[in-house]
Amino acid sequence: MAEVTTVGAEWAALAAGLLAAFAAAAVVLDGLLTARTEGLPRGPALWHPVDETARLLRQRRRAPLSADTLLWRIGGGGLVVAALLMVAVVPLGQWVLSDLDVGVVWFNTMDVAVWALVWLTGWGANSAHSLVGGYRFLALALAYELPLMFALVAPAVAAASLNLGEIATAQEPLWFVVWMPVAFVVYCLGVVAFSVRGPFTPPVGIDVAGGVLAELSGVDRLLVQAGRYALLAAGAAFAVPMFLGGGAGPLLPGWAWVLVKTGALLAVLVWVRRHLPTVRPELFMEVGWVVLLPAVLVQDLVVAVVVAGRG
Amino acid sequence: MTLQLVLLVAAALFAVGLYGAISQQVVVMVMMGLEVMVNAVILAAAAMWWFLAPDPTGQVLLLVVLAAMTVEMATGFAVATLWHRARGSDMTDAATDLAG
Amino acid sequence: MSVLVDIAFWSLAAVAVVSAVLVFVVDSMARATYALALSFVAVGFVVVMLHQSYLGIVTVLMMLMEMAVMAVYMVMYMGMNPALMPMSMVHSKRAALAVSVAAFVVLGAGAMLVEWPVRRGEPAADVTAALGEALMGPQMLVMVVVSPVMVATIVGGVVLAAHRTRYDRFGDDLDRRPPRDPARGGVGR
Repeated sequence: MAEVTTVGAEWAALAAGLLAAFAAAAVVLDGLLTARTEGLPRGPALWHPVDETARLLRQRRRAPLSADTLLWRIGGGGLVVAALLMVAVVPLGQWVLSDLDVGVVWFNTMDVAVWALVWLTGWGANSAHSLVGGYRFLALALAYELPLMFALVAPAVAAASLNLGEIATAQEPLWFVVWMPVAFVVYCLGVVAFSVRGPFTPPVGIDVAGGVLAELSGVDRLLVQAGRYALLAAGAAFAVPMFLGGGAGPLLPGWAWVLVKTGALLAVLVWVRRHLPTVRPELFMEVGWVVLLPAVLVQDLVVAVVVAGRG
Repeated sequence: MTLQLVLLVAAALFAVGLYGAISQQVVVMVMMGLEVMVNAVILAAAAMWWFLAPDPTGQVLLLVVLAAMTVEMATGFAVATLWHRARGSDMTDAATDLAG
Repeated sequence: MSVLVDIAFWSLAAVAVVSAVLVFVVDSMARATYALALSFVAVGFVVVMLHQSYLGIVTVLMMLMEMAVMAVYMVMYMGMNPALMPMSMVHSKRAALAVSVAAFVVLGAGAMLVEWPVRRGEPAADVTAALGEALMGPQMLVMVVVSPVMVATIVGGVVLAAHRTRYDRFGDDLDRRPPRDPARGGVGR
């Protein structure tokens, strides 16, 4: 194992706070970019997280007739939990909440849990529009998930370990993003897709009255929206030990570099939304299986050959 | 958490799955019963691996069980889809005459 | 410490068995599917507690994905809406109950009464690495067999379930390009 120390469970509060801060920063950045595009004043965008939280906490909760409340709430509330569990294995410099020896597979499990959670959010509302949103998410997920899984394999092969601390230290000669660009791009696509953001917004599209968000109100809506941004932040944080060298960097200590790199990648992932058109699930299905999957498999082959040749 | 206790839990799961597999009328529910039974087998195999013979060959057996379960589910649902399209029904009782 | 392990094991075991029973008892297909998912997740975590972290977490991953897709099939075949409607479609319920109770008694008695042998060998320091090395070394045959079986399952499943053959898509002489599909793909093939 690398020189990573496991801290106690009480530090989970700090992890949750950092995740919330990054999610709020993503919301602010998205608001600022929207304000700039539409020529609106920038000021309100800075307060957007606080405004929306206050508004949604005050809003009256409503549910459609015969909604399956148990499944609906589990789906909605689970997104934030999944994001928090994802960052539990990410090392912040030399500290980590859980030095799981199969950290990569754990992250993969959490992003598959998002499949179930978004579908449950769509199903539980007993409404046609949200059901369509949930099914659209599954259609997109079938397309992006396999390329994402194979993209996660590439750094694990190069570092000969599934443990995030070891993958981070294995990048000391050269960061993985430099010689695994295809895996990195597919990984970023996967993160944007499981956060239902960027070009992957048909599940919450305006053509289905907001999709899975259609019937949500009050604190449930807050949890789902916060969950989406939290998943984006968690995905950006996970990319740091996997592709961007962990805490490596001059001058600043390891944990500062992890935060800086997470912030930078998160900004790029937020920025992507307004520069790519929304994909349609049936079109993306073919792209995912015929273009992305072979590309990532070839990338894995290249990585494996390099590792075998290196010794 | 001794071997006997884990195997007892696995036996309970197996019995529940057996009830489902025998009694359910709908094809997909029978398959869920089978899934619960394979779940029990996975648990029992993992327990026996840890308590009796923890070398890697046993884990490979567990992987084979997982793979077998996926294959069974995939083929089962493909056949159920075909059955539903051909006859418009999903009841096992009516499936005894699949020929023709 | 061992008390915590026991509490964790018994709560996971209870969740697994209770949700397996719920699969056949609840009113809606989505609830039945996710009760099964919960049962599998609980068993996966027990497998992690039995020191096989890779296999346990892979079980959880596979089962969550499988249940998410299976829920779509359940709704498709049973036509349920999210509102809960009582449904109980069983045949020979009493015989099935008798058989399952008998099976539990036999298996449970076997589990408790058999003289289990002493543990043979020690687990490797890194269980996951040992599994990987076994798969790539002495047990390579398993890998070589499972992979084509998986591909064959994918192909076979699609062939069984698809209702349009390649003659529907490419014409009687298999020469029409682009193929005639209800929705075009993203690559333009």
